[in-house]
Amino acid sequence: MEAATVAQPRAARRKKGKKATGEPKTPWWLWIVVAGIVLFCLFPFYWMLNISLKSGPDLSSADLLPPNPTLKNYESIFKDSNFTNGLRNSAIVALTTTFLSVVFGSFAAYTLARLKVPKKFWILALILSVSTFPGISIAAPLFKLWTDIGLYNTLIGLIIPNLAFALPLTIYILTSFFREIPKDLEEAALVDGATRFQAFYKVVVPLAAPGMATAAILTFIAAWNEFLFAITLTSSQAARTVPASIAFFTGSTQFEQPLGTISAASVVISIPLIIMVLLFQKRIVAGLTAGAVKG
Amino acid sequence: MAEIQLDGIWKRYPDGFEAVKNMDLTINDGEFMILVGPSGCGKSTALRMIAGLEDITEGDLLIGGERVNDLEPRDRDIAMVFQNYALYPHMSVRDNMGFALKLAKVPNSEINSKVEEAAKILDLTQHLERKPANLSGGQRQRVAMGRAIVRDPKSFLMDEPLSNLDAKLRVQMRTEVARIQSRLNVTTVYVTHDQTEALTLGDRVAVMRAGIIQQVDHPKVLYDDPLNLFVAGFIGSPSMNFLPGRLEGETIRLPFGDVPIPHRLRSKLKASGGAQDIIAGMRPEHFEDAAIEGDVPGLLKFRAKVAVVESMGSELYAYFDVETKVGDSAELAELAKDAGLEDLPTHGSGDQTQVVARLDAASKAAAGEEIDLVLETEEIKLFDPGTGKSLTAG
Repeated sequence: MEAATVAQPRAARRKKGKKATGEPKTPWWLWIVVAGIVLFCLFPFYWMLNISLKSGPDLSSADLLPPNPTLKNYESIFKDSNFTNGLRNSAIVALTTTFLSVVFGSFAAYTLARLKVPKKFWILALILSVSTFPGISIAAPLFKLWTDIGLYNTLIGLIIPNLAFALPLTIYILTSFFREIPKDLEEAALVDGATRFQAFYKVVVPLAAPGMATAAILTFIAAWNEFLFAITLTSSQAARTVPASIAFFTGSTQFEQPLGTISAASVVISIPLIIMVLLFQKRIVAGLTAGAVKG
Repeated sequence: MAEIQLDGIWKRYPDGFEAVKNMDLTINDGEFMILVGPSGCGKSTALRMIAGLEDITEGDLLIGGERVNDLEPRDRDIAMVFQNYALYPHMSVRDNMGFALKLAKVPNSEINSKVEEAAKILDLTQHLERKPANLSGGQRQRVAMGRAIVRDPKSFLMDEPLSNLDAKLRVQMRTEVARIQSRLNVTTVYVTHDQTEALTLGDRVAVMRAGIIQQVDHPKVLYDDPLNLFVAGFIGSPSMNFLPGRLEGETIRLPFGDVPIPHRLRSKLKASGGAQDIIAGMRPEHFEDAAIEGDVPGLLKFRAKVAVVESMGSELYAYFDVETKVGDSAELAELAKDAGLEDLPTHGSGDQTQVVARLDAASKAAAGEEIDLVLETEEIKLFDPGTGKSLTAG
């Protein structure tokens, strides 16, 4: 009896102590679930890599490892002007969109965060609502308009709609970043002899750099992956970006599916994104939550 | 170097709130002017209007004789020290201090020599390459000062620059600020809510309340001859004691005894004549333990039951309650609320008013015991309970 009464508080104490030291130990089954999810997510990518290393009759095999691994597909896509031009166009479109989006986005965000603008909330809400538009709803009218005014099948014709869909998120992220920068800093700069614009780019911009990096990365990824406008608004290699040009890959014969080269091209265009996301993972998450919390 | 002149300055916000009302103030060339008052009295708004960070609704602001109402802050040639220092976090101390000069396109060699000279004055030389985040509070404060002085501006504006420092450092920096100001001899406007800073630093002090300047004068005058109840209660620590009394002919009736009208005040009070209610103000140091002071003419002796004793080492603060039967003064109650001064008596509910006396450390005063106290009647100040205006100053 006595032993029991002594043991009880000790057990209670141990339980308490565990809570205080932080997270409980991860149970074994959680690891299995996590492994399952990772496998589920990454398998398509692995399969793409797998196919890209196969050629000829191997393509139809279901082996987990390519029986005769070869880099032939990679060699051939880099010889294909369809792909190399696409890569060039993608780079131009994505980088230009990113640059313009951050520049104009930061101006707009600064205005919304700091200057006296009536009905700020509604302006921001309107801007954000643009990003909820399904792209397909404007693809057809845009095609008609672009053909009429000569922007069809040009890089500018792709940059404009990309920018329109990238700006809302950029403005949203940067507005919340700018809001967090103490007003006193700008006022100090103004008193120190800076113009509004100097105060903005010498004091505010350097301090909002993490937010700008986040916005830039997200914009770049979206523009790089963009398919709908790329396929609708282009007709030749002159303006076609990679995601669209991959669809135009042809096999060596009419009856052969160009599976190997498509996979190889997909692997190649994924690499810059994977590197970027891994490098800036923290930034992206921080930027997204900053936007989410501050709203 | 320049004179700053505020001429009927108003600040009215879009919602109709008036932060500064018809402010007239001239700050002479090289003068150290303090704006002091409780929070929300408009002192910071006034400073920000001088800086150009806040629009002036009405009135004229002149710096060095030139009307600057519509000039941008950068064109006014002023330097400002902010309450939270507002150092640029991404720049080193050197770049922080040189930022204004760099914007003004001063050659690099000159920037460096000026920054280094300022750093020497402020004892920051070994910290020049560090970032503000790695500095202590006192060092950051000095960088903020340094940023102001390298520019050699027409005037310094300081917005509660010491309020973020701990008590000891604040006293230290206070002397530092005074030293730098007198050395550079630049017109300075300094905003604070701390009356001690105001009294110790300023050449002149402007006491503000609810957007209106109550009194502008040398610290000594503010202390000895406050123009109204607010200034009297705000300046001095512990605050002046206020007790209701009555003026009858040649005597002042106070809750603890009758006092003949002091000589000094007699001529000033002649005009009012007859009997009237008054509020009497007595500074804590004008009380003394009767056992120490002895029986000297001109002193009013009375017995009081001490409620609390605070020993400061060099002196004692003895708190005691006084029965007051005269009706409450709305002015006093409002003042107490407005200024957040707990020391001001509250007349509302009870008929007791707390009085604090500053006694010699040798006094035997103890909590809960009765003691004989004397009051220097010459030093009593009299106020009109209706208007709060002093009957004796001026």
